[in-house]
Amino acid sequence: MYQEKYKESELPYELWLCSFPDVGNRQLLQLAELCGGAKGVYYAGLDRWRQVLKEKQVESLKRFTESWKPEREYERLKERGIRLVTLADRGYPGRLREIPDAPYGLFVCGSLPGEQEPTVAVVGARECSQYGSFVADKLGEILGRSGITVVSGMARGVDGISQQAALNVGGRSCGVLGCGIDICYPKENRRLYDRLPGQGCLISSYPLGTPALAWNFPPRNRIVSGLSDAVVVVEAREKSGTLITVDMALEQGKEVYAVPGRITDRLSDGCNRLIRQGAVPLLNPEELIQELYGLRERQCAQGGQGKNLLSGTSAAKRKKDMTDINGDSNGSNGGRTKEHHGIETVEERKIRSGLPPELEAVYSALELTPRTVEEIRVKLPQNLREGCFNLNACLMRLCVENMAVQVSPGCFSGVFARDSTGIFPGKFD
Amino acid sequence: MFSTIYAGALHGVSAYLVAVEVDISKGLPSFSMVGSLSCEVRESRERVCVALKNAGFDLPPNRITVNLSPADRRKEGTAFDLAIGVGMLASFNYFSQNAVEDTLFLGELGLNGEIKRVRGVLPIVREAAARGIRQCIVPEENAAEGAVIPGIAVRGASHICQVLEFLQTETEGSREVILPRLQQDLQSLLTGEMTAGAPDFDQVSGQETARRAAEIAAAGFHNLLMVGPPGAGKSMIAKRIPGILPLLTAEECLEVTSVASVAGLTGEGTALVTARPFQSPHHTVTQAALIGGSSIPRPGVISLAHRGVLFLDELPEFKREVLDSLRQPLEEHKVNISRISGSVSYPGDFMLVCAMNPCPCGYYPNRNRCRCTEPQVRKYMGRVSGPILDRIDLCVELQSVDVLSLRGGRGESSASIRQRVLRAREQQEKRYVGTSYRFNADIDAADMERYCALGQEEQDCMEQLYHSLQFSARAYHRILKVARTIADLEGAEKIGVEHLMEAAFYRPAHEYWN
Repeated sequence: MYQEKYKESELPYELWLCSFPDVGNRQLLQLAELCGGAKGVYYAGLDRWRQVLKEKQVESLKRFTESWKPEREYERLKERGIRLVTLADRGYPGRLREIPDAPYGLFVCGSLPGEQEPTVAVVGARECSQYGSFVADKLGEILGRSGITVVSGMARGVDGISQQAALNVGGRSCGVLGCGIDICYPKENRRLYDRLPGQGCLISSYPLGTPALAWNFPPRNRIVSGLSDAVVVVEAREKSGTLITVDMALEQGKEVYAVPGRITDRLSDGCNRLIRQGAVPLLNPEELIQELYGLRERQCAQGGQGKNLLSGTSAAKRKKDMTDINGDSNGSNGGRTKEHHGIETVEERKIRSGLPPELEAVYSALELTPRTVEEIRVKLPQNLREGCFNLNACLMRLCVENMAVQVSPGCFSGVFARDSTGIFPGKFD
Repeated sequence: MFSTIYAGALHGVSAYLVAVEVDISKGLPSFSMVGSLSCEVRESRERVCVALKNAGFDLPPNRITVNLSPADRRKEGTAFDLAIGVGMLASFNYFSQNAVEDTLFLGELGLNGEIKRVRGVLPIVREAAARGIRQCIVPEENAAEGAVIPGIAVRGASHICQVLEFLQTETEGSREVILPRLQQDLQSLLTGEMTAGAPDFDQVSGQETARRAAEIAAAGFHNLLMVGPPGAGKSMIAKRIPGILPLLTAEECLEVTSVASVAGLTGEGTALVTARPFQSPHHTVTQAALIGGSSIPRPGVISLAHRGVLFLDELPEFKREVLDSLRQPLEEHKVNISRISGSVSYPGDFMLVCAMNPCPCGYYPNRNRCRCTEPQVRKYMGRVSGPILDRIDLCVELQSVDVLSLRGGRGESSASIRQRVLRAREQQEKRYVGTSYRFNADIDAADMERYCALGQEEQDCMEQLYHSLQFSARAYHRILKVARTIADLEGAEKIGVEHLMEAAFYRPAHEYWN
């Protein structure tokens, strides 16, 4: 599809074409093919445009063109360190090229993930629970360490947390924006926005200066899933925007993993439902990583063809597809080499042995998910539950020893030892 | 045809004596009043004249002049009616001038001659006693309040005819029959009325952490913030805090009653307010209502909470400027109000207890119920002004109580908690003898070294805490103060590591949510 002799001189006109907001990907592609490139489109007359575009679009494109100086705008773009990658470009991500109705042009800041690098989309609720943010954080960290690029939407909550975690351990991450690439949305993820170009990239299919509008996000989600080999849903409500990403992923034939949660947690309803429908429950990040590397190898063996474990895009088939994923992953789970450890590791036992008995009792009552002091108190042995035993002081002492974290004034979570690989022992828990 | 009668007027919560001078002279019939009077004092002319007429006195058409001295101070209120009426009767020679010597009259007159209750009887009688007045005649409803002051005879009257009869009687014995002197024994008042019927801590089940925080707050008079979802028991706990504070001392009772009296809030026939005040203004409260003021200064809610608890429920809902106006009273334990009519100072030594939800819907961080976004939560927390949070030493987070613990046994009773609080208070009293401090919460940063000295082990512990929790220098002092109180509760002379650890637990919330 891409031209062999793709010229630098085309780019200003590609920019012009991609900066025009009122036209769809398919039309852009048709136009470009009709006129033999963006430059051709620019110099083609209105009549050529009319062959693809509607009258209204032609009018607005004409008006748009009058006030647009391609060369100047392109210089500006370069000054800002932003690249434009179009379908005609060799550098266009292969995974994304595969998806139906792929975006015509991408604004990129930083370096796109390599074709051979595995990528995983970590998506989930913006308003996530402590559990969700914990899992997102750990998952981002583990993926980052394993050299897997974390693709996500840089949103609040799960998205941002997992990306930040990946960057923090020196991993790579890809942030796909639902606004112009020059806009940081949401504002509180400024740090992430600034760091991403250095340790991965920022991607947007929207012209510079496009505000973050609600309808920009579903297409954004399509790119997120399109760029990834697998999608992990960390937390989602029953009716969550995250599930749009999942739908897209299924359409594009990507693997879907869901992090199971308690059936009483509304924020896990979406994930549990996905599992019920056949998504792979993410029990162990190791499995995911091995699965991904395995997938990559298989793809290489197949010469980059038929990347996906499933094909077919119709909604009716989707459920069946889900079952396929499940079946397939069950089959390939023979590769699961690592047996689950007990929760307690050697190191942990060592830490515990140095503690006074009452501190140890309190430590044992702690969990990874934050618990209120009253909940912790109930778990203590009878002799420590009442009387003058000072639970608050004990909890603070554990905090000082870095064995607990005071998440909020009344909530504590435990810090548990890691095994030697730096990955959580077997499971998250 | 001239007479001088004593009355009293209020300035802040203190009082001063006013001489009501009435002159009756020949000339065209008129009635003029002078002496920097507000309109309700001016209106007393009509009340007094009609009341005297209806009580059966026939006032001859004369030129009547009334002066309230000192004439340069603004006079307010209706308490001068009785003194003006009695002065007129004296000037018309209904009784001898000797009969009203060393006597102070207070009361509002009804048109039928009855005497109605007034504000501020206690401080006025107190001032009168200090200035050598022998007896006070006050409205019957307020008599009990005035009678608390020793060394002065307080008599309650309900009608101006009674007063006249009393003044016309020569012999002491029959005078006593007409308007008997009311006797109140301060000590029996103090010990007699315990906090019967007051809410008790044994009705609070669970919430051990919040109960403990309330106990520490009561012991050191620290300000307390409770964060939690609706129905967790924040208000319930706040309402029970006065019950675990030590009983008011005689001096404190007088202070508290004075404020209530000035505000006109003493109950009918109540001698002394002996219960710790508990004030919980609605969050729409205005600055003037909270602090005191209006063009004629009146004590605000914080003064009514003097020596007690000021409970601000739904803290973020209060207007920011209203909350910020609490800063000076929180520092100085009094409030100075300056108006054109003068500047007054009201007491305001209260314990600030605040309650708030963690987010607009109230259920954060329970994500099953709360759908507020992080910025919403932060914004909600941010509505509480930082300077106020800085003055709050203790912060606890409450969670909804599950039904099981509600069914479980009752908690510890207020009386037994109060025992421990009392012990801590005694320690503080001993420690702060001869200083301006009363409680641990008052300690300045400068005196921290002196009163909150730490041993080597404790200093190491503080350093550890400092590194792992990364708190500010201010928080450091707060932790020390609270640790001092926790040590006092245990009766420990020195602050120990346990105390510091527990104190660090109650660091205020804004260090987390910002």
